[in-house]
Amino acid sequence: MFHRESGVFKTSYAADMGLYPLPIARWAVAAFAGLFIVIAPFALSEYYVSILNLILIACVGALGLNILVGYTGQISIGHGAFMSVGAYTAANLVTQLHAPFWITIPAGGVMAALIGAIVGIPSLRIKGIYLAIATLAAQLIIEWTINHVPAISGGVQASIQVPRPTLFGTPLRTQTQLYLFLMAFVVLAIVGTSNLVRSRVGRAFIAIRDQDIAAEIIGINIFHYKLWAFAISSFYAGVTGVLYTYYLGIANYEQFQLTVSIDYLAMIIIGGLGSVLGSILGAIFVTLLPIMTRWFLEDFGWLLFSQADLLNAIPNLRLIMFGGLIIFFLVVEPEGLNRLWRNIRNYFRVWPFSY
Amino acid sequence: MRNMTALATVALATAITFAGPAMAQQKGEILIGTQCDRTGPTQIVGIRICPAFQDYVNLVNSKGGIEGFKIVAPEIDNEYKVPPAVEAYERQKQQGAVSMSLYGTPQVQALNQKLEEDKIPSTSPGFGISASADGKRFPYLFPVAATYWSQGAAAIKFIKDKLGDLKGKKIAYVFYDNPAGREPVPILEDLQKTEGYELRTFAVPPPGVEMGAQVLDITQRYRPDFIIDHLFGRSPSVAIKEYKRAGFPLTKVIGLVWASAEADIDAAGGWQVAEGYHTMQFAGAGDDFPVRQDIKAMYKAQGKEPPKEMDDTVIYNRGLLVAALHVEAIRNAVKANGGQKPTPEQVKKGFESIHEFTLGGLVPPLKVTQEDHEGGGWVQIFQAKGGKFVKETEWFRAYPEVVSNAVKKAE
Repeated sequence: MFHRESGVFKTSYAADMGLYPLPIARWAVAAFAGLFIVIAPFALSEYYVSILNLILIACVGALGLNILVGYTGQISIGHGAFMSVGAYTAANLVTQLHAPFWITIPAGGVMAALIGAIVGIPSLRIKGIYLAIATLAAQLIIEWTINHVPAISGGVQASIQVPRPTLFGTPLRTQTQLYLFLMAFVVLAIVGTSNLVRSRVGRAFIAIRDQDIAAEIIGINIFHYKLWAFAISSFYAGVTGVLYTYYLGIANYEQFQLTVSIDYLAMIIIGGLGSVLGSILGAIFVTLLPIMTRWFLEDFGWLLFSQADLLNAIPNLRLIMFGGLIIFFLVVEPEGLNRLWRNIRNYFRVWPFSY
Repeated sequence: MRNMTALATVALATAITFAGPAMAQQKGEILIGTQCDRTGPTQIVGIRICPAFQDYVNLVNSKGGIEGFKIVAPEIDNEYKVPPAVEAYERQKQQGAVSMSLYGTPQVQALNQKLEEDKIPSTSPGFGISASADGKRFPYLFPVAATYWSQGAAAIKFIKDKLGDLKGKKIAYVFYDNPAGREPVPILEDLQKTEGYELRTFAVPPPGVEMGAQVLDITQRYRPDFIIDHLFGRSPSVAIKEYKRAGFPLTKVIGLVWASAEADIDAAGGWQVAEGYHTMQFAGAGDDFPVRQDIKAMYKAQGKEPPKEMDDTVIYNRGLLVAALHVEAIRNAVKANGGQKPTPEQVKKGFESIHEFTLGGLVPPLKVTQEDHEGGGWVQIFQAKGGKFVKETEWFRAYPEVVSNAVKKAE
């Protein structure tokens, strides 16, 4: 139904390697881009745009983490800390040098990439669960450092207020303006990641993930590429931190604690490891699910609870439903939402002649 | 089986799709947006302070509301996380909230700029930054309760009254090692210059559930004349237990406001363990307040038992204080607006004209002004004695000029 493959003939290598093998895929992407860039921010009310903004920020972080975990097979539970590195780098640049966002965002990313690469050094020697603990240590060390070094954490309570980003002299204040601002970086992140993973570097990442010894034998410099994976992934995390700082107008270390790292891991595991679409679906799922379960419980909760108990029941039930739905989706499709989507798509592709 | 899962998925998806957020607001209603943490790391406070807020709102409504307006206070749990707090804020703003009761330090900081842009006043009792007492720099944030700076100063004044003279006396400052824990330190150092005491700080690494060695270090090696505890969560009770075990008299320990609830005493092993422990409060502790009797009567009239949250009087009363100040600010705003429904901007002015509103002694004699959003920085000291908190001092404020200098200096 969606994809008609017959009659599409490729006559050059470039066409065969294209990001979208089929014309319809290109149209679909263009339609989605039009919907979310042109229509959504102006058609939706401010509240819904604010939810989309939270999703957009999460998308960048999830894409970055997926490069490391999904494509390279190295685990990190220090991504919250890498975000805080980006956030504080940008916040200091803004408050002390009045740097504009087109300097602070790359700067935050580069700083996080440097720290990430350093944290990635143990990945040469240790793997899997051991590497997880090493990155956990990084999370704690970075948190402690930000917390205790006033030169980094600036003002009171380890938080630095940051003015809104300005574009052509106008500060971006409303949710719609911020939406378009954030969307630009999400588009960059999506395009960047989709192209990265089908490049030489990306293929090296995948080779390392699938079998690192074999990858080494065919001539991939494992140390080199593992560090690149950490650096690129941390770059995304740093950018996420900066975007977050601009969105909220403050850099605060408590926004980037361990639970945030875990949330992002949940996003890519639910969305699908090693896929761009999966990262986005995961970011949407993890951000939206708690909000939607709340709407659901507010509308239907009176069936089960009295009005007074409801206030206490909603947050607790929400956690239970959230956990339950995650388990449900993982049992239905362990490879994540991305695979679920592809199954649906493949089913309709040959529908109604499924055999 | 396959069909069942498919069916379940479809059913769930439909249910969630049709469950949109309720947005409409009735006429004749005034909305206070409240946030809470009933499931996150600070739930020990949230599960008591938020029901208190709701109880007070219900009490006001049962007495006819504010000048004929019914108060609605929808509550959203932010799990002490920032993104849900942003979502909750935007939603309540859209619903037309005239004031916000935000919850949690990172959440208050993250939303501060939004408050200023949207011109909606919010309370942040015991959260956020001490400098937000300055109404010029933080025009829409109302700490209302005594800030950490005022608390630090009050602790020193209390110790001075106890010990007579502070010259040469040793004070140990035991704090939870996070920015909030460190915040009173500059005040303590400022006062050291004029009062001449010896100060040593002891950082308790989070989560502070193992303090045995540290307490021995404090009590056996440093041997302070008085200890100031600025701890959160589980750690205050651990500290009380360890002081007791080390044989340090609890009559020489004072806990700042988040180390001073009945729950902390219970967790430390009960009142006989904590006998003598001093606690600092920004709302009156105990049951002897008319408003608490009114709430009990309200429940009785509905044929229900008063909620068990009321038993933790310290935290519950703080919830009453916050709710009462919101209601009072809205009342001021409605009056100033000639009985019409006020705008958030008018409610901000309403907060700034709160004066001589004590709620039978539960609320300190606050005087909130355009410059001073803290309302003076009043505290009371209670002592654990014979199974309950007994009032030791009346409402007092300490070294206001030192604190206000620090507020002015903070950038």
